[in-house]
Amino acid sequence: MDTAYSATHRPETFREETFRGDFSYANSPENIRHFPFPFHEDQYRYSVNIEPHVPGRPGSAFEHLIDVDEHYVAEMADRAQVLAEDPLRCQALPHMMLAQWDTLELLMEEQARAYPHLFTLEKNGDRWRWINRPLGIDDTFTFGDPSTLPREPLDYISRQTQGDIALMDQRDGNLWMDAGMITAQADWSLDFDVGMNFHEWHAPVPLAPQMGVFDRALKYLLNLQLGKPVRRLNWTMTINPRLDTSPENYPKWGPDRTTVTPDNVGQKVHLRVELQSLWRLPRSNGMLFVIRSYMMRMDEVVTVPKWGRRLPRVLETLPQELADYKGLSRYRQTTIDWLKQHDDGAPTSPGIFPD
Amino acid sequence: MSDDLQMRVTALHDEAAGVRRVRLEPVAGGPLPAFSGGAHVVVAMQDGTVTRRNPYSLCCDPDDRTGYEIAVARAAASRGGSAYIHERLGIGDVLTVGAPTNLFQPDWRAKKHILVAGGIGITPFVAMMAQFARAGLAFELHYAVRSRAAAAFAGVLQDRYGPRVKIYAADEGARLPLAALVGNQPLGTHLYTCGPERLMDAVLETARQAGWPDQALHSEHFMAPPPGDPFTVTLAGSGREVAVGPDQSLLEALEAAGINPRYLCRGGVCGECATKVVELRGTILHGDHFLTPEERAESRTIMICMSRFTGDRLVLDL
Repeated sequence: MDTAYSATHRPETFREETFRGDFSYANSPENIRHFPFPFHEDQYRYSVNIEPHVPGRPGSAFEHLIDVDEHYVAEMADRAQVLAEDPLRCQALPHMMLAQWDTLELLMEEQARAYPHLFTLEKNGDRWRWINRPLGIDDTFTFGDPSTLPREPLDYISRQTQGDIALMDQRDGNLWMDAGMITAQADWSLDFDVGMNFHEWHAPVPLAPQMGVFDRALKYLLNLQLGKPVRRLNWTMTINPRLDTSPENYPKWGPDRTTVTPDNVGQKVHLRVELQSLWRLPRSNGMLFVIRSYMMRMDEVVTVPKWGRRLPRVLETLPQELADYKGLSRYRQTTIDWLKQHDDGAPTSPGIFPD
Repeated sequence: MSDDLQMRVTALHDEAAGVRRVRLEPVAGGPLPAFSGGAHVVVAMQDGTVTRRNPYSLCCDPDDRTGYEIAVARAAASRGGSAYIHERLGIGDVLTVGAPTNLFQPDWRAKKHILVAGGIGITPFVAMMAQFARAGLAFELHYAVRSRAAAAFAGVLQDRYGPRVKIYAADEGARLPLAALVGNQPLGTHLYTCGPERLMDAVLETARQAGWPDQALHSEHFMAPPPGDPFTVTLAGSGREVAVGPDQSLLEALEAAGINPRYLCRGGVCGECATKVVELRGTILHGDHFLTPEERAESRTIMICMSRFTGDRLVLDL
């Protein structure tokens, strides 16, 4: 283990950067090591890979259950811009109000516990005070009374939390996506999916339904216990560090995929990883689904030799259906060819973390 | 399980004839997790050499983070759990309590919630009503009891919710007006019932006949494992034999033998403890509410928290 990076993750400063226009987004060397690289072996293998969401390796994205990093302030600004242009990115069906409050409490408590230098939550009965120093917020409100917050609870706290958020209602032996704040999605739409159940919103995923993956995953999630959240990693690739790759904005980002050349792979092609966590909510018995996206461009990936060797090997073994579904068919080979310069053929160590 | 809480008994109160309410507060202090109406906890009790783990509905305000309360009826054919709570549990005793789990949650879309309780089946509704009242949701409780003296929580619920609470005491000749209850309800009403099987069957059947959709009907079965004749189970992995006593569940016998199968509700509802049957010479006495009739007939799976066995040989994939 590299002791230099085993230190506790404690963001002090936040990058000024953009996820559109001039795309000035970049990762500091420390944040590269913080990245949740999703491949634990050189071969691509489809798996649901659910594991307990418990605090993990210090310095990594798994150290704190709700991760805040150097992109926090810029991501919140990008989210505000997306919402200003398209308010339907945040929706909640009326019966989800209790789940909204559950979510607000959970996200405030987790962030305040992990980063006391950034966030403070003071509770005096139902009278709560929330201080968010990076965003300059200091609000006092009555828990359970929406009229005391400037926005609905989900809207309020999701504008202060990195990652997309979906709230699911549990009923009739299924999970229903009945609320959410989705502004940084990998080509899916809350406005389209809202109100759908687990099988309905997963219908477009190839191969997995035939494997019975979703039946098993649903059964598992229906019994998810309070206080025992779980997580999994999902991944895709994005051209340019654009958080909002939504179907609604496809004309803005779809054509980017034709712009990859051997000369610009390092800067343009980003590995995009979703650290998905699922939490049983206490008062509503609903479920919170946090989809936290991390992006890292190829010339950042290869600064970690293990990842530079492994990524082209994984991409070569990805089935074509999945490459199509993830939208990387056009530039997969170009990316592999570029990455291969950084793969000396040496064996890689097991697990996802840098050597 | 590892996240279990150590909780101290801080109050014992006879809520009605034969119904004891137990208040539990965390030994380590600090706020408890909030929970949802209809949730239960699994309580582990050390009864002599036997460890009993029984599920009990939480019957307190889900937003009271200082303690949890359960209410336990003295059962005639008890395996020992209810006798233990009624006769031996004392103030200051420490019990191990799992995290709240809900298999009987309200449907939050409902325009109105109708709750039909029989006897000790009142417990999950105490917590539900606290949530409904706080959220300003429409609800009514219909509570069938043997007598007012045996009606746990009747007084406090009438004080809290007034005419939304209706009591039907059998010794006064009052009966649940089921047909009237399920007739003329606004569209979007959901109905919940908990109590003796016969009462729940009657409630659900009346509602179905009146045209209610299954999605609007919710019931929670009495969840304690049934006692029965002793039997022996063989573990496929080690070939080891484990004896199951008459007032012990199969799951409890396995735990006593140092095996820790997965479980969640311990009441045959959640499906978590489903175990593959490797060999069967005899009959599985299915006591769960999880397997379909076809799965029961096939008996390739057994829910070890509730089901028993009679016959020559039962080998499980453990």
